[in-house]
Amino acid sequence: MINTPEATDNIEFRPLKLSGLEPLIITPESNFVNVGERTNVAGSRKFLRLINEDKFDEALAIAREQVDNGAQIIDVNMDDGLIDGKKAMVTFLNLIAAEPDISRVPIMIDSSKWDIIEAGLQVVQGKCVVNSISLKEGESEFIAHAKKIKRYGAAVVVMAFDEVGQADNYDRRLEITKRSYDILVNKVNFPPEDIIFDLNIFPVATGMDEHKLNAIDFIEATRWVKNNLPYASVSGGVSNVSFSFRGNDTVREAMHSVFLYHAIKAGMNIGIVNPSMLEIYDDIPKELLTHVEDVILNRRDDATERLLDFAESVKGTSKEKVVDLAWREEPLQNRITRALVKGIDAYILEDIEEARLASEKPLHVIEGHLMTGMNVVGDLFGSGKMFLPQVVKSARVMKKAVAYLLPYIEEEKLKNPPPADEKAKSNLVLMATVKGDVHDIGKNIVSVVLACNNYEIIDMGVMVPPEKIIATAKERNVDIIGLSGLITPSLDEMVFLAKEMKRQNFTVPLLIGGATTSKAHTAVKIDPEYPEAVVHVNDASRAVTVVGDLLNPESRLKYKSDIKEDYALFRTRFLTRGKKRDFLSIEQARANKWKLNWENFEAYTPNELGIQVVEEFDLNKLVDYIDWSPFFRSWDLHGKYPEILDDEVVGAQAQELFADAKKILEKILSEKLLTAKAVFGLFKANTVNDDDIEIVTSNLSGEQHEFIFRTLRQQSKKASGKPNIALSDFIAPKETGKQDYMGCFCVTAGFGTQELAAKYEAEHDDYNSIMVKALADRFAEAFAEYLHKEVRTKHWGYASEEALSNAELIKEQYKGIRPAPGYPACPDHLEKLTIWDVLDVHKNIGVELTESLAMWPAASVSGYYFANPEARYFGLGKIKMDQVKDFAERKNIEVRMAEKWLNPNISDD
Amino acid sequence: MSQNKLYTVLQERILVLDGAMGTMLQRYKFSEEDFRGERFKDWESPVQGNNDLLTLTQPEAIAAVHAKYFEAGADIVETNTFSGTTIAMADYGMESLVYDLNYESAKIAKSVADKFTASEPHKPRFVAGAMGPTNKTASMSPDVNDPGYRAISFDELRIAYKQQAEALVDGGVDILLVETIFDTLNAKAALFAIEELKEERDIEIPVMVSGTITDASGRTLSGQTAEAFLISIGHMPLLSVGFNCALGAEQLTPYLEIVSGKSDFAISAYPNAGLPNAFGEYDETAEEMASQIKTYLDKQLVNIVGGCCGTTPEHIRAIANLVKDYKPRPLPAFAKREAAL
Repeated sequence: MINTPEATDNIEFRPLKLSGLEPLIITPESNFVNVGERTNVAGSRKFLRLINEDKFDEALAIAREQVDNGAQIIDVNMDDGLIDGKKAMVTFLNLIAAEPDISRVPIMIDSSKWDIIEAGLQVVQGKCVVNSISLKEGESEFIAHAKKIKRYGAAVVVMAFDEVGQADNYDRRLEITKRSYDILVNKVNFPPEDIIFDLNIFPVATGMDEHKLNAIDFIEATRWVKNNLPYASVSGGVSNVSFSFRGNDTVREAMHSVFLYHAIKAGMNIGIVNPSMLEIYDDIPKELLTHVEDVILNRRDDATERLLDFAESVKGTSKEKVVDLAWREEPLQNRITRALVKGIDAYILEDIEEARLASEKPLHVIEGHLMTGMNVVGDLFGSGKMFLPQVVKSARVMKKAVAYLLPYIEEEKLKNPPPADEKAKSNLVLMATVKGDVHDIGKNIVSVVLACNNYEIIDMGVMVPPEKIIATAKERNVDIIGLSGLITPSLDEMVFLAKEMKRQNFTVPLLIGGATTSKAHTAVKIDPEYPEAVVHVNDASRAVTVVGDLLNPESRLKYKSDIKEDYALFRTRFLTRGKKRDFLSIEQARANKWKLNWENFEAYTPNELGIQVVEEFDLNKLVDYIDWSPFFRSWDLHGKYPEILDDEVVGAQAQELFADAKKILEKILSEKLLTAKAVFGLFKANTVNDDDIEIVTSNLSGEQHEFIFRTLRQQSKKASGKPNIALSDFIAPKETGKQDYMGCFCVTAGFGTQELAAKYEAEHDDYNSIMVKALADRFAEAFAEYLHKEVRTKHWGYASEEALSNAELIKEQYKGIRPAPGYPACPDHLEKLTIWDVLDVHKNIGVELTESLAMWPAASVSGYYFANPEARYFGLGKIKMDQVKDFAERKNIEVRMAEKWLNPNISDD
Repeated sequence: MSQNKLYTVLQERILVLDGAMGTMLQRYKFSEEDFRGERFKDWESPVQGNNDLLTLTQPEAIAAVHAKYFEAGADIVETNTFSGTTIAMADYGMESLVYDLNYESAKIAKSVADKFTASEPHKPRFVAGAMGPTNKTASMSPDVNDPGYRAISFDELRIAYKQQAEALVDGGVDILLVETIFDTLNAKAALFAIEELKEERDIEIPVMVSGTITDASGRTLSGQTAEAFLISIGHMPLLSVGFNCALGAEQLTPYLEIVSGKSDFAISAYPNAGLPNAFGEYDETAEEMASQIKTYLDKQLVNIVGGCCGTTPEHIRAIANLVKDYKPRPLPAFAKREAAL
């Protein structure tokens, strides 16, 4: 521990007290305080690169790793010529503030520029350390900065530097520190315990005589400061001392240890040290220790030469790694734990058989060996040392083991029926994707992760009607209900279910998750409908702790009231914010529509008008069109492909996942396990009445049919000159007299997914079952991308010159757009019905719409084609009831119905 | 000078702070018209609920509440300025009224205090200028999807707090009270502003700091433990530090023990009247609350006690009756300060 009660309770003693979210109190009894320095652009090339590339997520991971590895303070430095240091400092510190694992420790704001330091001080709530100020620019600036630092409530590192230069010998160190101390304590009234002197660590054994005393001078000056400048601390960057032995880590590590050993004895209590560059003092070989101490303490004139000679002999003794199966020789429990942690299923059955034979009852293998291993998995996952795909693999091993044991357990039960009260009931979690929705990747991942943590899961699958959820929950007496959904109508389903649960006096907690769900929607729309706990959980890693808290008999009441309070606060804030947002009436919005220049407009007539069907498209052609970043995201691995494969934190895991994905991909391709189909059409089109697009189709017998797509228009008040856009603005209005065109499509790669996933599930292999679904989704998206390109360059042909790479396609650098109903430009799902009519989608390729208008199979994409070069993606945003009513009238549906479908976009104001 | 008197009195006895202003004002059931008064009858946005505005439109009611608390035995009352910053007043478009609101609130409270002091010279009464947390946080993002975003900056807070502090000091408050702190960075901006003001005017003014522990995790809303909070605001010579709001008296005890054991400043506590019931009302009686506060006194944890949400003059009377028989928590640092003066 850092502080002893005796020391802090003594009012006369003045320890250096710092704080992040938690206190750090440094007393003479404290161990040496290590400052993490990897978040320093000057010290870490990698950190510099990440900041340069704006990859703050990954930069945060470095900070987290340092704290995990025991840094008690983290130094943040953004001094680099190519970086806007002030902005980078503020951004990074703000992001750190949102990460309690990191911000629990105090921050050292490190810069040679005062404006960066001050900007940093303004965004940190805890008591930080400024690194650094000095007398370099004279006394008045020194005083001014110190005064400000005190007012911001920070401690300060003072460099042994003055107007003349840096202190490089014993006397100069004394002179400058004494002067700095006196000014700070007497003129600025700076608390002496908040002063940390950096006494400049310089290299030794450089071959130059004047450097011989560098280490010993530092050590002796430290002793002097501690004896003469009450309460002040001493710090320094240790790696400098061994600078001349770069490349010889054995010697460097020994030098660092020896230097620290003596400097700490003299009173150095804070420092920047790379923990992996430290040898344990007692473990330094005797001969090396003698040579190094001779140099550090300058005990012989020829110390440097002797160490240099000796260093040659210890070079290159680095350890080599060998792949080995030695773990197979270890005791049974170790082997089972390792198999679970590493997700290796090759030996699990033989190990389980061994465990079974050694156990009194087969159930004991689950409760003993397997749970012991899974607890390790749970701990590693909880502490961020394992990643989601690894945990799912662990679950695969677990499931295999359990499946192997089940027949034995049943047999045992028949032989010795357990007394009723001995049936320990594990917690039951009901998971379901709500009515009308077919997306289940996220739900399955959460189910698997919970199952790993000893919860029993009742997975009701997809499109589960509320009455069925309610009935099952009652019948099985579940402890918690988890609802998932990806499309917006599912949000209303969840609200409905919450109301229903209240009406039927349920008391179990309700978990909400899925891509369209949000804390905002949960807090504002669902939580008020159900008096029991309602929690929004959008990542699998949080699900375990949340469910644990909700079900723990000791914490659950408190957790529930906390979460209720949190949501109530969130709700109030949400409902009160942005109240002054202005809206236009729908008439005003139409008056401000985006007016393209139709006068000089000449539409490109599609080469092939009408409807076309693509049967059994060759999936091999789509592989190059796959956008892999969302694939990794669906496994909670965040980062852009391909950079994610080299990511410091998740890179190894991403590579492994990618390799596994490639395996399944190969299998899908070679065995033709999925079927891709598409239907699309290009039609004559004109905008009528501002917001409607009229299209004309003709069938083989030349019979013409008219259809109308209803679009929705942005209604929030725009800055002057900015239009209120609707998709109809991209098509020539009828009154211009110009013939225009548009298209629509539906692609799927989902046929076969269900069967293949079910096959893996039957083999207890959730990992590959989830993998198949994730890959099918990627194929569908890739197919949509591919088909759009074919349409642009051939079938419509307006962009026949186009030559874009896959990366450019993903960045949407092409001409024309393919917006999809249910997405920001046209969030109403209802228009899918029109697409289905126009293209006869169901008959042509078999893709159906559920009652919530989700596509089935799930791995499908549908949408429109617009060719106008001015056409672009936009978000509709919130709309007002006048447009909803107008929309209902245009579509000839009841207002209530329109309101239901457009609900997520209707402004609450 | 009444300020130095504070340091002396605090070594002699436990001081009693007033109870909730809002709870008392609710009893008046003021309508929108009442809130507007004559001066704001044509104000463009609704103002009902802007309790600070009542200082200007219903000053008699404010003075009456202060008087009730003094009568009940309070030594210190808080000005009616919890939301008296340009930041909080922006909700009503009343940023330009900040000076008036604070200055007049201070004046009203001070004149009531002076009357009581005149009639009971042995028990001087004090006014603390209340500086609330504002409705924005400097170290947390209001947008869950954008954790690096901040709705307010340190400088914006510093400027707003400085305006408020200036007006309160001009109006004659004896103390500045930075309170209900749920984000320590907001409080640091307030303290920074107060230091600037002190330096510019070359004045001393005692400062009370009161944080809010939001739940039984023992942390502020911005995530700090009680001790980390204490360290983060300990760089100024404060009159007192402590906690208010969010929890009832009993739940607050462990956190008072932490700061009481680790600080040289006086310790203050003004909890809510228990935890709100299912309807969001506070129903802990004066006796119940006083019996819990007795624990503070038995353990010598506090120097200043009072009440926050849901407390009334009855609660304060019960507390005042209780504390008069107890010794305050010892304040050796204050004794030294006096010796030095």
